[in-house]
Amino acid sequence: MTRNRSIILAPAVALGSYSLLLFHAFSSLGEFGSYRKNVVRQMVRVGVDSLPIVALAAAFSGAVTTVQTAYQLVSPFIPKSIIGAIVVPSMILELGAVVTGFILAGRVGARIAAELGTMRVTEQIDALEAMGLNSIGYLIVPRVIAGVVMFPVLYIAASFIGIAGGLFVGHAGGFVPAGEFIDGAREFFQPFDPVFGLIKSFVFGFIITSISCFKGYNTLGGAEGVGLATTQAAVISCVYILIADLALAATLL
Amino acid sequence: MIRVENLYKSFDGRPVLTDVSLEIPEGHTMAIIGRSGSGKSVLMKHVIGLLRPDRGRVTVDGVDIGRIPYGELRQVRRQFGVLFQGGALFDSMDSFENVAFPLRTFTSMTDVEIRREVEDCLAMVDLSGVGPKMPADLSGGMRKRVALARAVALRPRYIIYDEPTSGLDPETSNTIDVLIRDLAERLSVTSIVVTHDMHSVLSIADRAAFIFEGRMHWVGTIDEMHASTDETLRAFVKANEYQIGMPHAPDLP
Repeated sequence: MTRNRSIILAPAVALGSYSLLLFHAFSSLGEFGSYRKNVVRQMVRVGVDSLPIVALAAAFSGAVTTVQTAYQLVSPFIPKSIIGAIVVPSMILELGAVVTGFILAGRVGARIAAELGTMRVTEQIDALEAMGLNSIGYLIVPRVIAGVVMFPVLYIAASFIGIAGGLFVGHAGGFVPAGEFIDGAREFFQPFDPVFGLIKSFVFGFIITSISCFKGYNTLGGAEGVGLATTQAAVISCVYILIADLALAATLL
Repeated sequence: MIRVENLYKSFDGRPVLTDVSLEIPEGHTMAIIGRSGSGKSVLMKHVIGLLRPDRGRVTVDGVDIGRIPYGELRQVRRQFGVLFQGGALFDSMDSFENVAFPLRTFTSMTDVEIRREVEDCLAMVDLSGVGPKMPADLSGGMRKRVALARAVALRPRYIIYDEPTSGLDPETSNTIDVLIRDLAERLSVTSIVVTHDMHSVLSIADRAAFIFEGRMHWVGTIDEMHASTDETLRAFVKANEYQIGMPHAPDLP
């Protein structure tokens, strides 16, 4: 009975404390001035430092999508430009944001959770509080702001690099000439597509950083607790990215 | 003055402190003693408002810190310096930055003034010159001394020590004890020392409060403690004296 109750109650309690943490974070926005330096540092860590791996993953997704689309469209009745018309929106609508999201869930999410978790178990968070500092404002707000600002930037970079990767491999591999690829992309371009991608990346950035901060900030126990918080931060972020991806597609498209 | 009245606190339905009352007079050094797990650290965390009481109250200069808004609580906390068990130094900063942190955060001092102040604080704990070292490169005792320098940087009215000598060798423990006594005299602060090390208690405190099974079992001066006929207190003190009297291992050539 207790077990059943805890299965039902645990997610509700977690959601409650997650919301409370965010409420405290946002109510400390008034002191933003004192966190400014920290925001810049986090932006570098979340954004600039993640660029190489995001670029690599994006280039390969674009290239693979191009090769596979070419493989599926073998009919001589279908113009090759269709490849560009499929690859470019795929990158802008889905891959640019989701691939970046998964990479950042592992790279940024795990790092945030491990960092805050270690600070929690070594009493560094208590030390901040005992000094009279707002630890939520100082630690969480800069990380979430860095996430929601830098994630869209990474998304834009990922989309461009992914499309460039597809274009290059398509042309160099003889699947589709660059000119036709671009023609196809232009013909079927929808101005709302990049807007939708930007909205998604903003939401994903918020999901990853806020969940990882929540998990890290509330770490219990010692090294094992930090390990658990780190894994959970990455896994739960990925799950919520998938859910948000579907929910946004269903409501906005 | 710090006053604890009928404090009750439980975790997950398990009571840790059941009825604790204590008055800590200004300018004295009060040791809070008791076995491991007796609730000493929980009491300490109530005194700086890191935990809020289930029942009862904790007042600092007449202000009930369990019931004031967070912003006011943070103001009250700035009168405290806390030395955490493991030091709780921020491991992303070197020793200098750790001590400078409260000064940078809460004062409008210039860089030159901060440098002078940090050097003063480090000299106070006999650690001039370790500024550039990272916490990971310091020994346990040095880490605690840097943490102590950080705790006194804002010249607090109250200093709280959580197990200041635990995990240290006898010689380093003595150094820390001497430092605590010196600081209490030099800065004329009210000190609260949470410990189970009777050797420390005898060398630094002028009063002691003995917590037993979640209750305040005995409070008095050190002389009164020696004269006490209370069985439980005597058993605790005796067990510790036995430990202190243990023959030390012979020095290696």
